[in-house]
Amino acid sequence: MATLLEMRAITKEFPGVKALDQVSLSVEEGEIHALVGENGAGKSTLMKVLSGVYPHGSYSGDIVFDGQVQTFGSIRDSEAQGIIIIHQELALVPLLSVAENIYLGNERATRGVLDWRATRDGAAKLLARVGLKEHPDTPVGTLGLGKQQLIEIAKALSKDVRLLILDEPTSSLNENDSAQLLELLLEFKRQGVTSILITHKLNEISKVADTITVIRDGAAVSRLDCSQGISEEKIIRDMVGRSMDDRYPPRVDTATPDIAMQVRDWCVTHPIQNDRQVVKNVSFHVKKGEVLGIAGLMGAGRTELAMSLFGRSYGRNITGSVQIGGQDVDLSTVRRAINAGLAYATEDRKTYGLVLDQTIRRNVPLARLNGIANGIVIDRQKEAAVANQYRTRLNVKSSSIEQETINLSGGNQQKVVLSKWLFADPDVLILDEPTRGIDVGAKYEIYTVIRDLAASGKAVIVISSEMPELLGVTDRIYVMNEGAFVGEMPTSEASQEKIMATIIRSGDRK
Amino acid sequence: MTQTTTNPDQSEPPQVQVKSTLSFLRAHMREYGILFALIAIMAFFQVATGGILLRPVNLTNLILQNSYIIIMAIGMLLVIVAGHIDLSVGSVMGFIGALAAVMIVQFGIPYLLAGFLCLIVGGLIGAAQGFWVAYFRIPSFIVTLAGMLVFKGLTLWLLAGQSVGPFPQQFQRIASGFIPDLLGGENLNLFSLLIGVLVATTILVLAIRARNEAGKTGSIEEPFVFFAAKNGLIFVALIYMSFLMADFRGLPNVFIVMALLIAVYSFVTSRTTIGRRIYAIGGNEKAASLSGINSQRLTFLTFANMGVLAALAGLVFAARLNTATPKAGAGFELDVIAAVFIGGASMAGGVGTIVGAVIGAFIMGVMNNGMSILGIGIDWQQCIKGLVLLAAVIFDVMNKKQG
Repeated sequence: MATLLEMRAITKEFPGVKALDQVSLSVEEGEIHALVGENGAGKSTLMKVLSGVYPHGSYSGDIVFDGQVQTFGSIRDSEAQGIIIIHQELALVPLLSVAENIYLGNERATRGVLDWRATRDGAAKLLARVGLKEHPDTPVGTLGLGKQQLIEIAKALSKDVRLLILDEPTSSLNENDSAQLLELLLEFKRQGVTSILITHKLNEISKVADTITVIRDGAAVSRLDCSQGISEEKIIRDMVGRSMDDRYPPRVDTATPDIAMQVRDWCVTHPIQNDRQVVKNVSFHVKKGEVLGIAGLMGAGRTELAMSLFGRSYGRNITGSVQIGGQDVDLSTVRRAINAGLAYATEDRKTYGLVLDQTIRRNVPLARLNGIANGIVIDRQKEAAVANQYRTRLNVKSSSIEQETINLSGGNQQKVVLSKWLFADPDVLILDEPTRGIDVGAKYEIYTVIRDLAASGKAVIVISSEMPELLGVTDRIYVMNEGAFVGEMPTSEASQEKIMATIIRSGDRK
Repeated sequence: MTQTTTNPDQSEPPQVQVKSTLSFLRAHMREYGILFALIAIMAFFQVATGGILLRPVNLTNLILQNSYIIIMAIGMLLVIVAGHIDLSVGSVMGFIGALAAVMIVQFGIPYLLAGFLCLIVGGLIGAAQGFWVAYFRIPSFIVTLAGMLVFKGLTLWLLAGQSVGPFPQQFQRIASGFIPDLLGGENLNLFSLLIGVLVATTILVLAIRARNEAGKTGSIEEPFVFFAAKNGLIFVALIYMSFLMADFRGLPNVFIVMALLIAVYSFVTSRTTIGRRIYAIGGNEKAASLSGINSQRLTFLTFANMGVLAALAGLVFAARLNTATPKAGAGFELDVIAAVFIGGASMAGGVGTIVGAVIGAFIMGVMNNGMSILGIGIDWQQCIKGLVLLAAVIFDVMNKKQG
């Protein structure tokens, strides 16, 4: 077999972060190549480099496709070569028909006038190829996610695909649809189409992959040939293995026997899909002075759990009970949740965390304006004093408290979000992906804040997809998968392998 | 994406107490720009009209003519800062004028009671629209567009297509009365002048106090030259204006109402938790909600408030014309919205000031007045006003990109 794609020593840097470091990837013609790694390892970045989302010149290294060095300036260029990428978030227009979506941007038309017959006939043929029995005129929005995924693939086929890249295609699919999709990949392989499958589900890999490349921390750590059989252990070890020294502040056991918050039988239904339960019968507790971790993959339901607890900001048909400090509490609105002593710092600080156009001074007291006002009149001196105090305490790098938060780096924005919640003075603080997208130095500072909070008797819950982070900063870990808590362990007995194994085995049991 | 992640860490300047004059001016171009623009426009028309613009009669007239626009601009600012728009204000204003006329002229209800009822009805109208916007998330553009049609229709129905008037004298005085001279000045309304001086002094004292307070926490940004120039200018302008008006018949009643509204709403928007929350929901509603701010109730309240102010404007307008006509208020919403945007508010919400909106309204008003004196036809007046609005917003956007 000839080599279809060779990426040589790709390095891609973002300000302050090296996202990819000398990564090489080589894909043979006609194979299914699995690309595995943790969230944030650099898989998606690598594929964005390949597809031209990051244009030639913004990275170093060479892309050789079909024997020629390529210099893609945009997705259009890579698509012209037959490299088609299907993202996790589907890019379909719900109100347009299946046929219209398949040919979107690639319309069957003569001089701008659509040829509807060619559109429908062509779509029907492509639908047959992906095994989807739907009429080409059906609006895409009326179809389920599994079918939409197939339509994306049909769209790719309409462009004479030579290399099909699927980014976690089964993450939002049920068992049946997933199996069907994998079957389809094998069928394409028989027809000579090469695919790259990005996933972290090991059972999928063992079913379809010919070769595996494992990526970790922006580097390709191993390349495994599946023809000799593969070892789950080895893949897991390659995915997670890294040293953890000096990345975390020393842990002091500050947990007390007093329970700060107790959640019982928490259930949440998806806000639109009535039949989909996103959080299933979750019960847990966190003690005063304890840092609790919730581990799981993306889509496990961790954010949904936290947001539904925090003033029912997510989901419907929420049932279950919560006690804080031994008392039943009403968390039905955000205000009530805050008053009950709960705080939640979101994973998406730009969309949900900050008023970006406003200054640090205005963002810090937002969750507790009463704390800086006499009655309804704001005491500007007090406001400035509070903002300055937290700016210093959390070392927010900025020109002054009058700097607008939109001009801060990710790490400093996160510190402003933390300041806001520290000022609200909660008993239980939930931090959702507190260090996503921020540099190592700022991470350490945030971990220090977390440990300090615990030492002062607060309960902190850290939701994170980065397992080393949970192992480094928490006292106890719950593992969540597919909406349910599937494991609990003290951090002293936990390891990345153990957490990963808990997740994967809970998925296999079903 | 890179914009937000690149600059900050490396650009950590030393604790700047007072920025250099030039960079401060660049950063606050918008706030000063609008003030300069108003001064420039006034100076231009003062010269072009051969001094007619600032004659006591004309200045008084200018304020009376624009009072209802300014009153509504204050409410509109809150609505726009909260991230919405209200297209119905012109029609609501006309409707309330008609309602007042029917109650007072046709049913003989005492004018004070009628006025009070009108304000309540205005509040209810605003609340009804705000209800759909806030709690059902119907886009405000649609809800208030519907409201505009509905109240236009109801005005016609209420007046049966006729003009209704005249109003009793006391009611007219809302709009055309002047505060009496308690000090018994001869040719000059001394009491009015005194009020003018007092207000100007109070504003100056408050500004100095605020600066001193800020000085203690080390967050002064404005160079002293600017502080002195700006406040000196405002001080002198206020005293000069009250002198001019005192020279005519004194301060109009409406002027007092307007001044009070400006003062109260400026305070509410800049110094209270309610104001802070409105800016927060306009800036990022999701983040505000997740900080425990009840964005639905606040949105609802801003619309109710808008309704009350539109009703007040309706009363003033009816009193000024001394009659309620079916056409009253038609198209006023556009002047009001234009004033707010010229005053620096952002379509996206979260940005804008009361004073800016008031200055914006004055810019429109001075241009109307000046161009009318010059005998420029309504056709070209419209064109020029349109271009000024466009220019102001383009200036805003360019300024923001650079900053």
